[in-house]
Amino acid sequence: MNEPLLKVENLHQHFEISRNFKIKAVNGVSFEIYPGETYGLVGESGSGKTTIGRSIIRLYDPTEGQIYFNYKKISGNLSHKTQRMLRKNMQMIFQDPMSSLNPRKKIGDIIGEGLDIHGLYSNLKERNKIIGDILQKVGLSPAHAQRYPHQFSGGQRQRVGIARALVMNPKLIIADECISALDVSIQAQVVNLMKDIQDDTQCAYLFIAHDLSMVKYISDRIGVLHKGYLVETGTTKEIFSNPLHPYTKSLLSAVPLPNPRIEKNRQLINYNLETDYQNCILSKITETHFVLN
Amino acid sequence: MDKNIILSIKNLDITFRTNAGNIHAIRGVDLNLPKGKTVALVGESGSGKSVTMKSAVGLLDSNSIINSGKILYRTSEEKIIDLLSLTKKELRQNINGKNIAMVFQDPMTSLDPTMQIGEQIMEGMFIHKKISKSEAREKTLELLKLVGIVDAENRMKNYPHQLSGGMRQRIVIAIALSCEPKILICDEPTTALDVTIQAKILNLIQDIQNKMDLSVIYITHDLGVVAKVADYVNVMYAGKIIETGTVDEIFFDPRHPYTWGLLSAMPDLETDDDRLYSIPGSPPNLLHEPKGDAFAARNKFAMKIDEKKEPPMFQITETHFAATWLLHPDAPKIELPKELKLRLERAGKAAKI
Repeated sequence: MNEPLLKVENLHQHFEISRNFKIKAVNGVSFEIYPGETYGLVGESGSGKTTIGRSIIRLYDPTEGQIYFNYKKISGNLSHKTQRMLRKNMQMIFQDPMSSLNPRKKIGDIIGEGLDIHGLYSNLKERNKIIGDILQKVGLSPAHAQRYPHQFSGGQRQRVGIARALVMNPKLIIADECISALDVSIQAQVVNLMKDIQDDTQCAYLFIAHDLSMVKYISDRIGVLHKGYLVETGTTKEIFSNPLHPYTKSLLSAVPLPNPRIEKNRQLINYNLETDYQNCILSKITETHFVLN
Repeated sequence: MDKNIILSIKNLDITFRTNAGNIHAIRGVDLNLPKGKTVALVGESGSGKSVTMKSAVGLLDSNSIINSGKILYRTSEEKIIDLLSLTKKELRQNINGKNIAMVFQDPMTSLDPTMQIGEQIMEGMFIHKKISKSEAREKTLELLKLVGIVDAENRMKNYPHQLSGGMRQRIVIAIALSCEPKILICDEPTTALDVTIQAKILNLIQDIQNKMDLSVIYITHDLGVVAKVADYVNVMYAGKIIETGTVDEIFFDPRHPYTWGLLSAMPDLETDDDRLYSIPGSPPNLLHEPKGDAFAARNKFAMKIDEKKEPPMFQITETHFAATWLLHPDAPKIELPKELKLRLERAGKAAKI
């Protein structure tokens, strides 16, 4: 395989709540994302999946560990130049389309903000054209640029969120639970759109979610998080057909299946939540499949 | 009303007055809840599933107008009362909590943050029953054990913020059960929770249902949840029930194009198609009530009549009904979408093993 686009090595993210109380949200997580692929991060709430996404895009300062993006180190202190490179090439789609758009701004200005900051157009006409094109790409019409967020439905707003991320032509998009606030029928539309865009632009996704069936559908590789540790990672096929870590197994057994005959007799695999991973190491099963034990 | 039916909604029709105009949110809903069974109400947000059930417990917002309809409830003395004819006060005193209890979606906001959870559970008992403090305490401990909370004695003194989301939802369920209701309405009880916790809470509700002979109504948009818990399914769209049947009929022999869409839009763990089937467009705005079939604009099988006249409920079996013109004897025979056909075959095969 070619060189990874994003390389996260031994990432730790701790939050100091008070002098003697620290939350260790992420503990030594390492993974790689290659250009044009989708990496799914799954885990229960509080497992640190959102924190990892936010540490990578540098909304937090990682406590320990290195992050490399596009051959450049982006952890530690950022020079102005790397920061601009990072902000342009990495974008985020947020969970809640209702609160992630500024209600006082027109859609066109929300999408155009990045363009303004990085000066990516030479005149106003060009700016409007870029915004119009991107709106069309996500299935809205260029005329929508003149509207405000409250004039849109949830699914449409999430499309605006995607357009805002796409307009910078990023190499990596971090999608943080971007479909969980949407209805089932709209979820499918947005996921299809994200797949189409990936085919078009070859961007990579870090897809953070707790809905395993959707993650399976969109991801090439998956990482399973529990209590801030990456307990298992592998290709989608490996994780779903041969889950090795007991936590992964219990997670898979809890996914509701739309089949009443099976669902009524299914047994939930319980998993002891008190496990301590501190002394565990990631062992290799195959070239791509790793398990913590 | 049939002998075994405990709650029956008949031709319910509700409008909301807003600044933008009148929203016709519920457009004639019929629903039956057999005693001791579980009925699921499925639909997208805005389809009116919550409003339907809230009207039964008098929790509708003050800008609502009930145009017509009856909600008949069979009391334990075999008396039948129309809940819509009662005032809010009468509902609160005689029905809510004691006969019909509700579990809400978000356990983070449905508990009082300034009250210990023990007190919150006992609150309803003091109002509805003549009960001494020590008896109430004992009952509360029992309830906490029933909903699977260990160390109940100490937990009673905790405040909601000291508990996790799954625990809080257990407390909400304990509160709902505190006055031994006959009907439990669960309004998206697990949407805010993780899959592992979700599975546990669903198992818990099923357990309690068997122990206490409860009749349960689930409001949800997750077909996986429906498959797990429901005996009967009602699919709602734009303020109407468009398909109703037993859980097997809906999952293995769906007839309405909207149900087809819902089923195929949700990937199961075996889906490996390149594209997920999605229903085009978005639900209609009920501010401007659609003419004819509300689903016609998103339906690729729509016929001319769909734009003119609303389809009635066509009967397929004794329990299975669907409102689509495709079931009319004169309608052209259509082929099921390919993805769905494969999906149904797969589901059928998997069910046999």
